[in-house]
Amino acid sequence: MAATQVLRSEWTKIRSVASTVWTLSLAAVLTIALGVLISILSRNEFKNMSVKEQMGFDPTFISFAGMSLGQLAMIVFGVLVVSNEYSTGMIRTSLAAVPQRGTFLFSKIAVATLLAFVVGLATSFIAFFLGQAMLGSYKAQIGDPGVLRAVIGGGLYMTLIAVFSMGVASMLRSPMLSLGILMPFFFLISNILGAVSATKKIGRFLPDQAGSKIMQVVPPVGDDTPYGPWGGLLIMVIWVVVALFFGYLLLKKRDA
Amino acid sequence: MIEAVGLTKRYGAKTAVYNLSFQVRPGTVTGFLGPNGSGKSTTMRMILGLDQPTTGQVTIGGYPYRKLSNAPRQVGALLDAKAVHGGRHARNHLLCLAQLSGIPARRVDEVLGVVGLQDVAKKRSKGFSLGMGQRLGIAAALLGDPQVLLFDEPVNGLDPEGILWVRNLMKQLASEGRTVFVSSHLMSEMALTAEHLIVIGRGQLLADMSVRDFISHNSADFARVRTPATEPQQREKLTAALTEAGGQVLPEQDGALRVMGLPLPRISDLAHGADVRLWELSPHQASLEEAYMRMTQGAVDYRSTADQRAGLQQQLPPGVMPQQQFPAPGQGQPDWYAPPPPQPQGAQPYAPPQPAPGGPNPYAAPPQQPPTAPAAPAAPAPADLNKPEDPR
Repeated sequence: MAATQVLRSEWTKIRSVASTVWTLSLAAVLTIALGVLISILSRNEFKNMSVKEQMGFDPTFISFAGMSLGQLAMIVFGVLVVSNEYSTGMIRTSLAAVPQRGTFLFSKIAVATLLAFVVGLATSFIAFFLGQAMLGSYKAQIGDPGVLRAVIGGGLYMTLIAVFSMGVASMLRSPMLSLGILMPFFFLISNILGAVSATKKIGRFLPDQAGSKIMQVVPPVGDDTPYGPWGGLLIMVIWVVVALFFGYLLLKKRDA
Repeated sequence: MIEAVGLTKRYGAKTAVYNLSFQVRPGTVTGFLGPNGSGKSTTMRMILGLDQPTTGQVTIGGYPYRKLSNAPRQVGALLDAKAVHGGRHARNHLLCLAQLSGIPARRVDEVLGVVGLQDVAKKRSKGFSLGMGQRLGIAAALLGDPQVLLFDEPVNGLDPEGILWVRNLMKQLASEGRTVFVSSHLMSEMALTAEHLIVIGRGQLLADMSVRDFISHNSADFARVRTPATEPQQREKLTAALTEAGGQVLPEQDGALRVMGLPLPRISDLAHGADVRLWELSPHQASLEEAYMRMTQGAVDYRSTADQRAGLQQQLPPGVMPQQQFPAPGQGQPDWYAPPPPQPQGAQPYAPPQPAPGGPNPYAAPPQQPPTAPAAPAAPAPADLNKPEDPR
């Protein structure tokens, strides 16, 4: 069984369902639109900010503000790509055709990851340029130190969120269960842990908080995060690898 | 050729399949029968390497499924007609399966034509009826032009034309030298399609033989004899004469006699000798359904009970006697399947299997052993009606 055959088949699968188009375009639209909105608001608010806030003003990061919402659509994309197989029962047909379960899972994830990366990267660049256009005189240039890294990092962040969801979904199989855990986790729990000072030190090692460090160019004043932008991304990658590893292990062991 | 050796599958405490050994040979359609929950689908999944057997193994052409090179080109399967992403249209569903095994897209259009779905190829399978879903599933199984085909309940939901088509397709595939393994609940359909049968009950092998042998081993052919209804003494006279000649005579509900162990001309001669007129003398050939029911009546997990409708019946006005419902003779009578005739060897090879020596048998409860001498037919259903009413 050549892996290229499985890859081609997975590409047919992913492009032939409506949920792919819906979730990915929703992720792009939400991220860009909310980023533009927040950028406009920030430009108008800048004069009223304290000096400390003005010092830590990060125009690049502001234009990615929409990602907190856009990532939820990415999670839905990642979960559906994997759990569709289970909720429809197609998994039996697929695994009967590809008895090498590792090849099957990783081909599926590879295709979906590539697609998520293309969409994520495009979204990140559009969100940056539109956001900067709204920020007017406070804007950052793509050539400024660290800015290009942050913009590409935005695409990587969205991709990794999707891949993490794929790993979780291949562990849990049910789309409802996977979304029911991932959505509140990324939308609420992670934010709450990050906002309360007692849990802040733990919260910053969660995948989304660590990973979003890559999109920062100007660190907030008094920032004591023990890792840099690439270190944060590495922490996120470790989360993703662990989720994928257990997803693979369970798929290999379980009866389909 | 599919070969299972000592196949056992446990899900926690429940044993779904126990010590199953059989062979499915090429060139014939092999039927796979068993009551609901008897382990048919579990066995099919183990053949396809989807479920790992607890012990034992099953091979296709000598290899376990997961070791086959390019399995979809060697084995095609229809497991569940509804296991399709409803938002994907039929052609794309088949296309992604074809690409998995390097089958050209041209072949997808071919099989769509074979199953008659070419006009709905670009329709989402969400809107498909069960019969159309079955056709799509059969198309997927045929995709790789495999030598071994498995079908789990392929005719469910098909119209009569579709059933005929599936029957001819199975026979044609088998006549091309392929191995065809089909499970079904439709006995009349199996009798027409399959040449060989594998019957399981509660996860254990009950029979592995040709359809003809299965019917003759598990059913008693008998003659129905009717004497003039106006003269009951003639009936007794004939019963005595037939019993004396070595026949087994059972009275039937509608006054006829069921005679076993005597050929039809002999019954006629005996009646003539006893000076008894006959209104009917007809041979009765058992059907596959009858033979199957007789064999599996002890191995059925899900049995329906009579609907008591407690508390749902209307109160009758005082003074009115409830109308007793007597079943019309010969109608609505629960069939009673007499035990198979005693085997000449003395052994009963097709009785519920004996515990394997050495290994613990999960079904330690004594199997319902059919009595050797036929008792008077007792309809099973009335026994339930005699139970005391629920005190509620």
